Amino acid sequence: MAERYRADVLVCTCPACTKAGAPEMQQALKVEVERRGLAGEVRVVETGSRGFCSMGPVVNIQPEGILYFQVHAGDVPELVEETLVKGRVVERLTYREPETHKAVPHYDEIPFYGKQMRVVLRNCGLINPQNIEEYIAVGGYHALGKVLTSMTPEEVIEEVKKSGLRGRGGAGFPTGRKWEFAHDAPGEVKYLVANGDEGDPGAFMDRSLMEGDPHAILEGMTIGAYAIGAHEGYIYVRDEYPLALRNLNIAIEQAREYGLLGEDILGSGFDFDVKITRGAGAFVCGEETALLASVEGRAGNPRPRPPFPAQSGLWGKPTNINNVKSWANIPVIISRGADWFNQVGTETSKGTMIFSLVGKVNNTGLVEVPMGITLRELIFDIGGGIRDGRQFKAVQTGGPSGGCIPAELLDLSVDYEHLKDAGSIMGSGGMIVMDENTCMVDIARYFLDFLKDESCGKCTPCREGIKQMLSILTRISEGQGEMADLQVLEALARVVKKASLCGLGQTAPNPVLSTLRYFRDEYVAHIVDHKCPAGVCKALIEYSIIEDQCTGCGLCRRKCPQEAISGEKKEPHVIDPELCIRCGVCLDVCKFDAVAVR
Amino acid sequence: MPKLKSLEELQKLRKQLQGDIKARTETSATITVGMGTCGIAAGAREVMHAILAELDARDIDAHVTTVGCIGMCSKEPLVDIQQGDEPRITYGNVTPAMVPRMIEEHLIQGNVVEEWVVGRVMGQEV
Repeated sequence: MAERYRADVLVCTCPACTKAGAPEMQQALKVEVERRGLAGEVRVVETGSRGFCSMGPVVNIQPEGILYFQVHAGDVPELVEETLVKGRVVERLTYREPETHKAVPHYDEIPFYGKQMRVVLRNCGLINPQNIEEYIAVGGYHALGKVLTSMTPEEVIEEVKKSGLRGRGGAGFPTGRKWEFAHDAPGEVKYLVANGDEGDPGAFMDRSLMEGDPHAILEGMTIGAYAIGAHEGYIYVRDEYPLALRNLNIAIEQAREYGLLGEDILGSGFDFDVKITRGAGAFVCGEETALLASVEGRAGNPRPRPPFPAQSGLWGKPTNINNVKSWANIPVIISRGADWFNQVGTETSKGTMIFSLVGKVNNTGLVEVPMGITLRELIFDIGGGIRDGRQFKAVQTGGPSGGCIPAELLDLSVDYEHLKDAGSIMGSGGMIVMDENTCMVDIARYFLDFLKDESCGKCTPCREGIKQMLSILTRISEGQGEMADLQVLEALARVVKKASLCGLGQTAPNPVLSTLRYFRDEYVAHIVDHKCPAGVCKALIEYSIIEDQCTGCGLCRRKCPQEAISGEKKEPHVIDPELCIRCGVCLDVCKFDAVAVR
Repeated sequence: MPKLKSLEELQKLRKQLQGDIKARTETSATITVGMGTCGIAAGAREVMHAILAELDARDIDAHVTTVGCIGMCSKEPLVDIQQGDEPRITYGNVTPAMVPRMIEEHLIQGNVVEEWVVGRVMGQEV
């Protein structure tokens, strides 16, 4: 029997919290707990992320379930004194309702968490990911034990098929069927791969999972290996994720030590082991055939399919590849049953989906929701609406190659089919919220610029098509576009979509096509009126000072890097358009809303 | 750690480990110790240690939490026991010596130790 603690203080150690000062705070906590003589009763535990990343460092006090946000070393003495000694809530550290400013101390009452359903992220932020014993204590590896002792590989595949789980990496292919292909493929040697190569700008679902609950991925992989008959697996993680790599390595070591990886797992006679392949951060390596090439040590270029990896993958052997989030779903499906799992979600999209909710939304962070939730619920209820009271304009789902969905479609159900119909994709779970100050032409240009850099260049449609689309978009954003450009853009987009070799090129036109579909008037404004309605495209805007509102405080004059602003004290100032580089500093610093953009 | 050789061994290990993270997973009985200045001065810390030791020795699931002063300072140390939907029972002038009987009779057998009770509250909120 382990020592009994009356309280566990869970400190998030994710990179966001670490950057915000979690390590110093945690050190202070340990010192303070020791100093107050609480060391035998209160334990400080490092965990993964609980998702509310804009509010770090996050501290979770159990069993009370109190969540404290933005806790710094200086807050620690009060926190220990009030909460751990006297059992009182320190209101100034809790979440506050945006309107009433009422303190909301408990996890389940915070709206950010209220509509979430944590299945894949069940343990993130609740257990220490570097300690296998905590994972076992919450029921970890039980599903593996069940599979190895009481199920045949075919039964496992049947259960996964029945659950309706679809690939969480983006394409949404039914996981059970994929396993079946690999299982049925002839050959003695088979491989299994977990895809943790997350490359969408601003997305961190996979990272958070690998950091916060690595054993869930390992357990899912081992179950999958048993089902398809593989004895070797690879986890592909980009080297830019040092904490994910560290925690996965520790997890693999510990699992081997406990006989949960390696030879004769749990005495069942089944062997399986996992290696980590570190990627160099190429977006295209998230594509399965490019990833497999990279694991083999070749350049990360995709190849045509068929043959699919299930027939000929790593070193020409049958290979099953799934996203790390798909793998982490498996233990839940086995232990709770396919019938429990397929009750969650919609007719065709089962279970939950993790989104990294970022952009112009109040509560940015990682959220896990049942499939079929509406965009409105995601952005306004969980995300807390748009920052600074601005208007919602669009949301981009599915990473850089997703589409932008406009406000009219806010009640769209979030599932594979509906997102596709709306011209976007589920993708791996990126979700970027945009407000009225976002220019849709500029957004399309930005994402194509990213994709142009990430295109591997192997096939012509993707390599040249993206480049041409980008040059047209750049022209439009500089006011040099023509109406005929729009037809060319659309034609190019269709070719790139149809003729590209892999998913990168096939989805790359989505930002262009969806913005043309929903925000065509903005393109027209750029081309015909030479105006950028959102005031973003530098060639088309002009900054000026509104005479009536300017108090002549001189702040903008002092801050202007170009010395383009002049004026006497207490007299209205003026901007010289010739000198102005449209950096927007004057707009940001003006306290009297006296700077206008046209 | 020797390798786990069977599902049974895994289950046995899990059972051993469950207590270790109970604070995060369980919603069982709650024992609340008044730990304001008045409580501490009257010996609440010793009482809490006695409770933790007793729970540990008997392998009982219960949360132990602390609260500040509730105003009944003359009756400190105060200990509340709350189980499920039962009323929250407050015991006053608790000493470490009283702890084993409190836990045996109230927590295990479900019989409130009436002679020590100084208050009771329906529902969870005070």
